[in-house]
Amino acid sequence: MNNVRASTLTIRTPEGVVFALRLASPFTRFLACALDFACVSAAMSIVGLAIGLLGLLSYDLSAAVYTLVFFTVQIGYGFFCEWLWRGQTIGKRLLRLRVVDAYGLRLQFSQIVIRNLLRFVDMLPAFYLIGGLAALINARTQRLGDLAANTVVIQSPQFEQPDLEQMLAGKFNSLRTHPQLEARLRQRISPVEASLALQAILRRDEFEPRARAELFARLGEHFRALVEFPPESVEHITDEQYLRNVIDTVYRSRKTDTQSQPKPAH
Amino acid sequence: MIIDLAKFIAAGQPFWTELDAFLKRLEDDPYRSLPFDQARRFHYLYERTAADLAKLNTFANEPETRGYLESLVARAYGEIHETREKPHRFQPVHWFMVVFPQTFRRHINVFWLTVAITLAGCAFGGFATILDPESRHVTMPFGHDRMTPSERVAREEKSTHDRLAGERASFSAYLMTHNTKVSIFTMALGMTWGIGTIIMLFYNGVVLGAISVDYIADGQAKFLAGWLLPHGSFEIPAILIAGQAGLILGRALIGRGTRKNLTERLREISTDLVTLIGGVGVLLIWAGLVESFFSQYHEPVLPYSVKIAFGLVELTGLTLFLWKSGSKLRLPQ
Repeated sequence: MNNVRASTLTIRTPEGVVFALRLASPFTRFLACALDFACVSAAMSIVGLAIGLLGLLSYDLSAAVYTLVFFTVQIGYGFFCEWLWRGQTIGKRLLRLRVVDAYGLRLQFSQIVIRNLLRFVDMLPAFYLIGGLAALINARTQRLGDLAANTVVIQSPQFEQPDLEQMLAGKFNSLRTHPQLEARLRQRISPVEASLALQAILRRDEFEPRARAELFARLGEHFRALVEFPPESVEHITDEQYLRNVIDTVYRSRKTDTQSQPKPAH
Repeated sequence: MIIDLAKFIAAGQPFWTELDAFLKRLEDDPYRSLPFDQARRFHYLYERTAADLAKLNTFANEPETRGYLESLVARAYGEIHETREKPHRFQPVHWFMVVFPQTFRRHINVFWLTVAITLAGCAFGGFATILDPESRHVTMPFGHDRMTPSERVAREEKSTHDRLAGERASFSAYLMTHNTKVSIFTMALGMTWGIGTIIMLFYNGVVLGAISVDYIADGQAKFLAGWLLPHGSFEIPAILIAGQAGLILGRALIGRGTRKNLTERLREISTDLVTLIGGVGVLLIWAGLVESFFSQYHEPVLPYSVKIAFGLVELTGLTLFLWKSGSKLRLPQ
């Protein structure tokens, strides 16, 4: 059904589709826990002020209410948030973590309760030492509460679809003037190579200028070697532009012929 | 072959968006169930998106779109392939009156084991007090070792002021929360294959046995019964039930006598653990109220016979409740 590889939980559905859930590291989880602790403390400071007003009527009643409310918030915060937000607390939301069933199934309320109640053991002797060690040892980074509840904590990054139209629109692709060579390029390039080129272009602004130039030089060299285009089509364009052209060739079908392309600037 | 990514996204996007909307509706309301035609549509969208993901994995290695589709398929997979019963709206009265006692009875053998462990602790504590009086400094918490039972009884009965005056509500709240924490801890220690739970139960037994024997040997059995029975008739069974939950957890971890794997064993007991510990919480609320507002009054304010009778009525009521309540109703397994 499922198997584990380093820091991901891979699930194979009965339909034969495989998907991977990226497991959260113990350190990130500890940060989320610290954020939750801060949230509970802040909430209790505010609630404490309101309950303090009860002290004007009866100090005993005020102390009793505070004790009960503090206990309820301390114990119930995890249950409430994770049930309401499908496996997320405030800390987990901020760090984009989520509790999910270890089989990828729907998270049950009983699982949420058990993983939160077993914090009492995970927290021992201090600062989640037992839970942290368990998470470090466990292949799925599960603390004891997760083991008992059969849950894992995953990272759920926000997904943005690549805007290919915006990235490639309006640019003249000199490779398109040689349809036969283009076809050969499509044939020779592997999906991994194509993805590499696409990622390099999408993330080009994240690199230092020098590293960026070196990276595109190496990629350009590699892709130029796959298919040799006539010098007049490629010799005046930068490595980065060459890669753009490659992506345009690979990822977009030839719905636009050379006549409908933008004309080269002179 | 590498797919035309822009065309692929344009073709799949409406279906992915529709699936996402379905999932959001299902996630926002866990009790929601889909009519047949919507369920069919939902299943179609899931299969189509799964097929898109498979196609993308084979013919293009584009991580962003793949991540997006994986997250959609993962969410839909959880909804479609979940075979456990869908959550019902929580009905507290039904849960406490029917589900809790039924769950307790389903694991009655484990409960008897917790009773046996606690009684063993009681015997150990009692013998320790008789054979080694100095052991009281170890076996008796909360200052019980600092005076003899007779001294305490004399002090309590002569006391003219209410020592809990102005603190009764907060003391009650403290007892409720403290005992609930101890109970949760007892259950959670089941993760040590039940060893931690056994130690907790045994230690509770040692304390109970040591104090009881101390009072009985000093001729203060009546005071002891009047003091312990009103709240102990709920508090002690509550701790025993928490121990029952811990041992159920430990047994599931050990997995002796079953061919099911660890995950299945834990999955089977998870609802029962939550039910038992929830029931314990309710029992301890009552115990906390009684201990603070009733148990701390002694003669001449409150005759011991009344306190003992009250405790016995509670104990009988709790026993009948746990043994009989909800026995005519059958819950789905």
